[in-house]
Amino acid sequence: KSSVQTIGEEQIQNPYTELLVLKGHQDIVRFLVQIDDCRFASAGDDGIIFLWNAQTGDKLFELHGHTHKITAIAPFSSSDASEEKNNLILTASADRTVIVWDCTSGRQVQKVSCFHSTVKCLTVLQRLDVWLSGGSDLCVWNRKLDLLCKTSHLTDAGISALVELPKNCVAAAVGKELIIFRLIPSNDESEGWSVLEVKCLVDHQDNILSLVSVNDLTFVTGSHMGELIVWDALDWTKQASECNFWDSSVHPDVQPEIKLSQSPNETSVQHLTSDEECVFAAVGKGIYVYNLQMKRVIACQRTAHDSSVLHIEKLPNRQLISCSEDGSVRIWELREKQQLPAEPVPTGFFNMWGFGRANKQANQAAKKMQENTPVYFLELVGDLIGHSSAVQMFLYFGELGLATCSADHLIILWKDGERESRLRSLTLFQKLAQNGDLQPKF
Amino acid sequence: MISAPDVVAFTREEELEDELCSEPPLPEEYSVPLFPFASHGANPWAKVASSKFTRDFILISEFSEQVGPQPLLTIPDDAKVSGTFDLNYFSLRIMSVDYQASFVGHPPGSAYPKLNFVEDSKVVLGDSKEGAFAYVHHLTLYDLEARGFVRPFCMAYISADEHKIMQQFQELSAEFSKASECLKTGNRKAFANELEKKLKDLDYTRTVLHNETEIQKKANDKGYYTTQAIEKANELASVEKSIIEHQDLLKQIRSYPYRKLKGSDFHPYEPECALDQANVGCDQDLATSDLAEPGETHLYAHVPSYTPKLIKAKSAKCFDKKLKTLEELCDIYFFTQTLDQLHQIERTFRGDVCYLLTDQISRALLKQQSVTNFLFEDVSFLDEKTSEKRHRGCQGFSQDAVDRKGSEESPAPKVVISLGSYKSSVECVPIKMEQEIEDSQEPKMTESVTFEHQENLDYLDADIKGSISSGESIEVLGTEKSASGLTKSESQASLPVSPSPQAGRSKVGSRRTVSEDSIEVLSTCPSESLIPEDFKASYPSAINEEPYMDDEEGGLRFTPRLNPDNADEQEDISKQENLVQVDSACCIGKESPSFLEPLPDLGQKPCDEDGVVRIPPQPYRQVEPGLRGSFGGFPSHDGVSGGLLPYELDSRYLAGSREVSKNSLDECSDSTSYISSAASTCSDRTPSPAHPACQAAERHKKKAGQNALRFIRQYPFAHPAIYSLLSGRTLIVLGEEEAIVKKLVTALSIFVPNCGVYAKPVKHWVTSPLHVVDFQKWKLIGLQRTVSPGGVNVLHALSRYSRYVSILDADSKTLRCPLYKGTLVSRLADHRTQIKRGSTYYMHVQSILTQLCSKAFLFTFCHHLHLPISEREPEESVVNRRMNFLKLQLGLANEDVKIVQYLAELLKLQYIQEPGQGVNPLLRFDYVPSFLYKI
Repeated sequence: KSSVQTIGEEQIQNPYTELLVLKGHQDIVRFLVQIDDCRFASAGDDGIIFLWNAQTGDKLFELHGHTHKITAIAPFSSSDASEEKNNLILTASADRTVIVWDCTSGRQVQKVSCFHSTVKCLTVLQRLDVWLSGGSDLCVWNRKLDLLCKTSHLTDAGISALVELPKNCVAAAVGKELIIFRLIPSNDESEGWSVLEVKCLVDHQDNILSLVSVNDLTFVTGSHMGELIVWDALDWTKQASECNFWDSSVHPDVQPEIKLSQSPNETSVQHLTSDEECVFAAVGKGIYVYNLQMKRVIACQRTAHDSSVLHIEKLPNRQLISCSEDGSVRIWELREKQQLPAEPVPTGFFNMWGFGRANKQANQAAKKMQENTPVYFLELVGDLIGHSSAVQMFLYFGELGLATCSADHLIILWKDGERESRLRSLTLFQKLAQNGDLQPKF
Repeated sequence: MISAPDVVAFTREEELEDELCSEPPLPEEYSVPLFPFASHGANPWAKVASSKFTRDFILISEFSEQVGPQPLLTIPDDAKVSGTFDLNYFSLRIMSVDYQASFVGHPPGSAYPKLNFVEDSKVVLGDSKEGAFAYVHHLTLYDLEARGFVRPFCMAYISADEHKIMQQFQELSAEFSKASECLKTGNRKAFANELEKKLKDLDYTRTVLHNETEIQKKANDKGYYTTQAIEKANELASVEKSIIEHQDLLKQIRSYPYRKLKGSDFHPYEPECALDQANVGCDQDLATSDLAEPGETHLYAHVPSYTPKLIKAKSAKCFDKKLKTLEELCDIYFFTQTLDQLHQIERTFRGDVCYLLTDQISRALLKQQSVTNFLFEDVSFLDEKTSEKRHRGCQGFSQDAVDRKGSEESPAPKVVISLGSYKSSVECVPIKMEQEIEDSQEPKMTESVTFEHQENLDYLDADIKGSISSGESIEVLGTEKSASGLTKSESQASLPVSPSPQAGRSKVGSRRTVSEDSIEVLSTCPSESLIPEDFKASYPSAINEEPYMDDEEGGLRFTPRLNPDNADEQEDISKQENLVQVDSACCIGKESPSFLEPLPDLGQKPCDEDGVVRIPPQPYRQVEPGLRGSFGGFPSHDGVSGGLLPYELDSRYLAGSREVSKNSLDECSDSTSYISSAASTCSDRTPSPAHPACQAAERHKKKAGQNALRFIRQYPFAHPAIYSLLSGRTLIVLGEEEAIVKKLVTALSIFVPNCGVYAKPVKHWVTSPLHVVDFQKWKLIGLQRTVSPGGVNVLHALSRYSRYVSILDADSKTLRCPLYKGTLVSRLADHRTQIKRGSTYYMHVQSILTQLCSKAFLFTFCHHLHLPISEREPEESVVNRRMNFLKLQLGLANEDVKIVQYLAELLKLQYIQEPGQGVNPLLRFDYVPSFLYKI
């Protein structure tokens, strides 16, 4: 029997009661990226990029240009306030090209095809008005697509993730290593930049899969083996680490064979997201909430899905959305468990809901500390079932809804039915007024 | 369908005879008031003894110049239909009624023979000896070999029911005009071809003669001409003349469509497109290329296969030559098209006139509800144009005959390629000026027959004007020696040509025979004697109104205005009068302007009210065109009174149609069995245009109704299942056997609201696993249950998406769906219902669903239910108001609210949809728990 929590058919808190299926892609859709308030782009293994209207679900543009699957996508909007807002997106593909697209006209602006390897990540440094491409080496480009500088060949595996750090630095995940680069403006030319490797951090035991910047002072990395390291963004020192915080072996209740059966996949940190206080980690099938202040996991759902969680996102309203290979999207809410300090915590309950709090460490000191801190747990408030295959990613559009993309080639727009109904009424009466049908005719 | 459920059911059911006896009586509210004057127990549909044929049919006759009037063919082509009816005799009758005094040949003062482009004439004629009444449509076809180049034909719709002919006159006329136009178009083509061939012959002959003359000249140097030489020269001259004549004829025939185009809104009959034609497989390729050719330039280029013959100076004797058959006279393609159309006409007008009228009324009403009618009705049947669009949209499978016919039916108002060719011969002088002027005044009747108010007015205008000024006449002849008790009326004297002198009411007609064209209304009705003398007197005064009313509206409109002193009297005798009125109205038929809805401004006059009340059942005419654009029309007061009148006059109405025999019932059963093959395959409900499918749809409705009736009786959980459908939750019928599943799907399909104007979101049979896209598209799905590994996937998908669907398991007879506690569905599907027949139940469902639609309409279009009244009003109070409205004003309980909300959502989507682009199909759902129901 699956230990995954289910919610049943009655989901009062789930606002998504209307869905729109957006068809167009011919292969797995892997990336969704927001362009502005009501538009987003999708890309995937078919090499086509679609632009969609998030409100109506209309297909705005179909961008053809890549011959292989898309490996990275990044929005690149102009920072200039003076000129009219023109939204660009950058796409990198396995055909070793990067294309810049204009989202308003749907045309290809420029194409760069001088790469030696596939570009696996793209980062835009808005502040410096440059963008970086990471493959087997790191290249720095300006808006006009001039190559400003590049590093030497790093590894064949290449850079898997890039994150911007303060002081013109970037952190690049290269295999197990985390390399810090600094961009230095060259003295002689105004346009010139040079890139310098500042530090190489080798604290991870396995490939770094996820890299996220929490704030100006910290960033977090997660590895395939399940290590989570919190770094200082200024001096790149390790602030804290959780090596096996999901490891159930420390818990006395758990049978040893379960530990043995754990494959690396089940412990890999697939995705990280954060707000100011916490880092939310998608680890294997579970979701963990790591508090940066307390430096420990405050809540977790060890089997949040039937299979690997691929993407998680924190919503403003203390809600968390996760999507998984099992094809479902789940909405969680981080709740505070009110408890009396004197009352002992029932272990059974925490087995299910608050494992992280109770069982991380059995030592007495920790327990004492926990007794006067609030206890959190993740409650399932709704699930969205629509995709028939792994949900790769999703994009939260606030009240416009939620866009999910999946390996079944579809994108689904989930919407608040009440709101949509109201909007339709509004449109209807606008149209009536427009047509002059509101005036009595007889 | 908005109609009284059981009124019609009596007339259109196959198993009527045995069921009538065996079944318990209908509940009181459904019973039909009996014909009040029939003796007790008499069946108002009893067969009229005198009619010698079993059902309505269409007869095509010709006035042959060799043998006189002769019947050519009947539709349906079945000896049983006409029975002992004397076709020859009747042909003589209809051909002799009138013929356009069209003069052909050499008009005085003209050098060449002129073709006369005569209008068709439409005549109503009765023959009580044969028990037959006929709508007769005369037309002329051109034949080079015929005398004066013309061959008179006529098509007649023959029925035993006089009222049917009279009341459906407009429709018949419109339909037959279309058929005639088709035939004539083909004929013109064939005639042009023939002329071209003839010209070639002549040309060839001329060359030959010329050569011979030259040879003779050379051989003969004596200086004088031999008799042979003179003969040859004469012959040559006559050939030359003949060539000029024929060229002129060719010009004339080619100029025809262009001349017509200058008239109001005539659209030449043309097949859909060249592609379609090619697919038809008939050998009309020649004709097509003919059309595409610019007329004058290459006369002979496109008939290269034709080898010219030498024309003998003396042609064969008139009686020796074999006249062309109708088929040869017009292009084969057009001939088959015409036959198809005629078959269609026969099918359309089959059955009781009561049925036809009810159908027309409900169609007209439905058409008005332009906002909501798509929900439960097949809008395509209401709007030919839509269906045509759809037809074009799905060209994929449009090659079959049905579609071809369908496209045939809806005359495409578009400029055809061939126009160019016709226009190229513009220089041709208009042939008959006065005729042409009339043409331009007279809207042609080839328009769509649907219930377009405007068009109908046009028809009326056309008829009336035509009868006054052009060669058309409307005649009703009666020969029955009846009405012996009739008082002598003063009108009798004024009747100019009347074979039977006892027509009291023919005043109406006689007054109007000011021109040489006559409208003769000779009544055969015995109830004549009931008309009091004074009341009759009120008619002429009404007629006198004509001229200026005419001016007022452009059309002929007359308000039956009673003399003030007569008004009171009229009240007293209204009962009697009403009795009579039906018949008289039938006789003067559609051309009587009192059947027009009064215009809004005229409607204020009290006397008009009287006029309206005295209207016998008539096809409902829409009153205010202005309304249609907007909300789809709240019927105004006038509209209501006019539209509902037929119901009020039900009993009298039935009385009026008493001549309809029991045979017409047999016809109905025939008609249904006839299309049964089509119906059984129509399960997929492929969108098919217009009428042919209409019959199939009729059949489908009945079948669906029967199955639905069975379903609600068999399954105690029918209510939640129907609720699922009405609230937009996809219902899946799961089962191993395709037949059972499909039957259930058919049964339930009548409860499925449409999401747009396209076909119902019903999928009868699916074998592959379902996906979320399917729930978006289909609201009712038949799903195969198999034991194979594939079947596991199917079930897995089903359990995965269980929140979006209700599952009806046909094998284990279980239903898994949300709870339903409302009251609406129980009215819709009462398992103890007394309704026995499928079509009756279908109508019952439709009437309740129509009610539901109106609720949804009200809910959707109430501004303050959806939007705040003031800026600062919080959303909650709007929500409260909305719920209050649904619960208190609309009286909806529990889950019924969701049904109306769902329908409202569909209405909104439909309304805000931009024309041209389809709505993005969206799936709405609720997170509600499901329950398992078992038998």
